[in-house]
Amino acid sequence: MAQSAAGKSNKEQKYDRQLRLWGDHGQEALENAHVCLINATATGTEILKNLVLPGIGAFTIVDGHKVTGEDVGNNFFLSISSIGKNRAQAATELLQELNSDVSGNFVEESPDKLLDNDPEFFHRFSLVIGVQLIESTCLRLAGVLWNAGVPFLVCKTYGLVGYMRLAVKEHTVVESHPDNALEDLRLDQPFAELKNHIQSYDLDNMDKKDHSHTPWIIVVAKYLEKWYNEHNYQLPKNYKEKEAFRQLIREGILKNENGVAEDEENFEEAIKNVNTALNPTKIPSTVQDILNAEGWKNITAQTPAFWVMARAVKEFVENEGEGKLPVRGTIPDMIADSEKFINLQNVYREKAMQDASVVSKHVESLLQSVGKVCVYKSKKKCKNAAFLRVVRCRSLADECSVELVNKDEITSCMDNPDSEMVLYLMLRSVDRFFQQHSRYPGVYNYQVEEDIGKLKLCVNSLLQEYGLNVNVKDDYIHEFCRYGANAIKMITHQFVPFNNTFIYNAMSQTSATFQL
Amino acid sequence: SKITSEPIKLMAVDSGHGGNARDWDGRWNHVQKFLERPGPFTHPDFEPSTESLHFLLETCKILVIGAGGLGCELLKNLALTGFRQIHVIDMDTIDVSNLNRQFLFRSKDVGRPKADVAADFINRRIPGCNVVPYFKKIQDFDESFYRQFHIIVCGLDSIIARRWMNGMLMSLLIYEDGVLDPSSIIPLIDGGTEGFKGNARVILPGMTACIDCTLELYPPQINFPMCTIASMPRLPEHCIEYVRVLQWPKEKPFGDVPLDGDNPEHIKWVFQKSQERASEFNITGVTYRLTQGVVKRIIPAVASTNAVIAAACATEVFKIASSAYVPLNNYLVFNDVDGLYTYTFEAERKENCTACSQVPQDLKFAPSATLQDILEYLTENASLQMKSPAITATIDGKNRTLYLQTVASIEERTRPNLCKTLKELGLTDGQELAVADVTTPQTMLFKLHFTS
Repeated sequence: MAQSAAGKSNKEQKYDRQLRLWGDHGQEALENAHVCLINATATGTEILKNLVLPGIGAFTIVDGHKVTGEDVGNNFFLSISSIGKNRAQAATELLQELNSDVSGNFVEESPDKLLDNDPEFFHRFSLVIGVQLIESTCLRLAGVLWNAGVPFLVCKTYGLVGYMRLAVKEHTVVESHPDNALEDLRLDQPFAELKNHIQSYDLDNMDKKDHSHTPWIIVVAKYLEKWYNEHNYQLPKNYKEKEAFRQLIREGILKNENGVAEDEENFEEAIKNVNTALNPTKIPSTVQDILNAEGWKNITAQTPAFWVMARAVKEFVENEGEGKLPVRGTIPDMIADSEKFINLQNVYREKAMQDASVVSKHVESLLQSVGKVCVYKSKKKCKNAAFLRVVRCRSLADECSVELVNKDEITSCMDNPDSEMVLYLMLRSVDRFFQQHSRYPGVYNYQVEEDIGKLKLCVNSLLQEYGLNVNVKDDYIHEFCRYGANAIKMITHQFVPFNNTFIYNAMSQTSATFQL
Repeated sequence: SKITSEPIKLMAVDSGHGGNARDWDGRWNHVQKFLERPGPFTHPDFEPSTESLHFLLETCKILVIGAGGLGCELLKNLALTGFRQIHVIDMDTIDVSNLNRQFLFRSKDVGRPKADVAADFINRRIPGCNVVPYFKKIQDFDESFYRQFHIIVCGLDSIIARRWMNGMLMSLLIYEDGVLDPSSIIPLIDGGTEGFKGNARVILPGMTACIDCTLELYPPQINFPMCTIASMPRLPEHCIEYVRVLQWPKEKPFGDVPLDGDNPEHIKWVFQKSQERASEFNITGVTYRLTQGVVKRIIPAVASTNAVIAAACATEVFKIASSAYVPLNNYLVFNDVDGLYTYTFEAERKENCTACSQVPQDLKFAPSATLQDILEYLTENASLQMKSPAITATIDGKNRTLYLQTVASIEERTRPNLCKTLKELGLTDGQELAVADVTTPQTMLFKLHFTS
C-alpha cells in the first residue's frame, strides 16, 4: 500500500485508524495470516469479527453442529433462516459479508473427526482458536498444535465468566510498543559524538536568547560535568544528592539586573527531568534474558530471523557497544530553538544509524557462516532492541498433568477464596462434569438442584487428584449450575500477548492473568 | 454434545421493525437463565421471575448516544440481550475510515447518517428489535426527551459532549427537602476507547461520582504553544499546526472556507506547505498520514477495544435493568498493550463538584483583577475546564452580558470588557455571575468574593 500525497488507496483509507497502531508491516502480517476458528458460537464469531474487520487474510470455521434456535438468539452472525443448517457454513456467510478483502472458508466437520482422519489439516494455520471445546478434544488438539508449532488460543464463556488460554512454545515480539518506556539519553555514559556536541556549548558565555533556548539535555549534561568535578566523578545517587543537583541547575538560571531569576523554561524542564536524565544506561532484564537465551546460542540455517538478530545484537553489545545496546536515536520534544533541537536530535539519530549498520554487519556475517544470504529489515529491529520480548507459554498437557500442575500458583491465589482462580477451578470442574454426564450442569431448571451436588463431587475429585488443598465456596458451585456455555497480537508480532491464562469476571468487572 | 430440544416451532416472524414479531423456541434461553433462577451472587433485591424478560423485551427504554465504534457494538449487544426499545443519537455521517470497526456500515453507506444506517441494520438482523434513530446533536433535545429513558449509555468521542450529557441528567434530579427522589435518577453508563485502552463507568446521578467529579482523570488535550508553532518548530507536528492555524487563514487557498480535514484537496495543500516549512528548519517526518492525523486530531482505533468496552457497558445495562447482579461500582480501566490488564475502582464524588454537588461555586478575585483573569480561570482551572464561557451579571438592576465568544457581533462588542477591572465593570463583592458554556446544559452560578 504505497502512500501518495492524495488519493490514498481505498484500503489504506479504510484501515487508517489501525495502521496508526501497528503500521503497514503489521497490516501486511495480518493480511498474510490464516486463522482457524473451531465452533461458531457467539463468542467464536465475535472473535472472528474482530479479525475480519481489520482485514485478516483468511479464516476457516470448523464446526460440525447444526444451528439451533438458541444459537440464533445470542449470535449476531446467524439468522433464523439458518436454523437446521450447518453452523460453520451459516456463520461464514455473515462474517464474510463484513469485509470483502477477507477470504472465508468453512469445514462442516467436528474437530474430533479431523483429528482422527487428518490432523495435519491444522498445520496450515497461523493461529487456531478453539471455543467451547470439551476437555478431551481440547487436549488432543493442543497436543497436535504444540508439536506443529501452531499457536493455540482456547476460549470459554460460561455465564458471566470468560476464560482464555494461550498455548504457544515461543512467541517473539519485535515491537512491544511499551506505554512508558524510559528514554535512551546516555547522559551517564555519553558516546563520543554526544560528548563533542555537548562541548560545543558554552553556557556561561551565551546571550540570553540562546541560553533560554538550549535543550534541557545539554543543560543537564553541562551541570553534570560541574557536579562530577565536585563529587569525584560520581553521579547524584540518592534523593538528597538529586535535590542538590537540581539546586545546582537552578542557580544557573540567568538573573536580571535586579538579581531576580529570569523566566527560563528550558531550565525548568531540566530540573523537572533530572530523574529521567540520570537513569543509568542499562540493558532491561527482559532483553538480557533474550540475549542470553540458551536455546539459540548456536546459529544454524534453520534459526528464525528473530534469534539471528538477537545474536547479532549480543555481539554488538559485547564488542562495539561496550556493554550497551544500540542507541535508540529518539529524544523527547523540549523547549529549544529549532536549530539547537534538530542538531541534538541528529547527533542521536546518526549514532543510532551507525549502531544499526554495525548490527547489520553482524547479522550478515552470522548468516554467511551458515551459508545464507538474506535481505533484512534490521533497521526497525535495532530501533526496538530494548523492546524485544519473548513469551513462552506452558503446554496444556503440562498444565493438566498431575506432576507438572502449577500447584503453587493455584494455592497461593486461593488464599483469597474469591480470587478469579476459583473461576478457573470451576471451569475445570465443569469439564469433568461433562466428561461424566455428557452434558453441562443445570441445562434444564429441574436439574439445577441435583446438579449442585454432582458438580461439588467433581470439584472435590479435581482438587484431590491434583493434591490441591484449597477451599472452593459452595456459592461458586451453585453459580456455575445456574448457567447451564488476543489474536491480532500473535499475528503481527507487535504488542505483548498475555501469558498464559486470562479470566474475566463480569459479575464484579474484574480480571486476572495466571501462568499455569 | 448438547441435547437438542424438541422440533423448532417457528411462529410468524415480522422481518424487521418491531411490532408483532414473535420469538422462536430457545431464543431467549441465554438471558432467561439469569432472570429466572436464584443464585448466590445476585443483587440483594433480585427476585427470579418470568416478568423480568417481559420488562426487557417490551418496556425498558434505552438511549444509546453515538453510533460509531462503541455505538455499533452497544446496539448489537443490547439487541441480542433482548432490549427492543432502543433509541440512538448520532450527528455524524459515515466515512471510509469508519469501516474497519463500525461493522453496521458498508462502503455503499458512506455519506449516510450513522444513526439511520445502524438502526436499519439492527432492525433487520434482530427480528423484533425497534431501534429509533436520530441524526441530531445531543444538544438538540431537552429534558422532556431524556426523561423518557430508563438507562442511557454513551459511546462518545468527546469530553465536552460527556459533560453536557452529565449536566443534563443532573438537571433532571428532583430534591424534596434536600432529599433526592430516586425515581428521578437515570443511570448513565459511559464508555470510552483510544487505541488499545478503554474505560467503562457507571454513574448514578446524585449518588455516585459523575463525569465532572473526575475531570482530572481525563488526559489533557495536546495543544502546542503558539511561540513554538510560530517561530520555533522542532517536530513535524509543529510544522503542520503552523500551516493549519496560521498559514491557511492567511492564504485562504480555496477561498474563505474553513479547513476541512475530510477534504483530500485541503489536506494535500496542508501537506505540501508543511513539507516546505519543515525543510526550512531541517525537520524530517512530515507525511500525509501524519498531516491528516494532526489536522483531524485522529485517535487510532481498532475493533477489539471497542468490543471489550461495549461488552462491559452492555453487561452493566443488563444488570441495572434486571437487578440480576450488583452493578459495577463504579469505574473500570482496560489496557491490552502488554498482556491484558483491567483495574476496577470506586471513583469518589467531589465535595464541591461543579456538576453534581449543590455547593455554590466561588470566584475569589481582587477588585483590580480583570475580566480576562476570570475568563482564564474558567478555562484553565482543572475542575472547570470550560471551553468558551459566556459571562453575564446583574449590574445596577440590569442583566448585562459581560463577555460572549460564540456570536461574532457580541464578541466584538464585549471584547473591550476583558481588559477592564471587575471594579470598573461595576461588579460588587458577593454578587452572582452566571456562566454558560458548551460543557453544561445549565447555566452555572458563581459567587464573586473580593480579595484585598
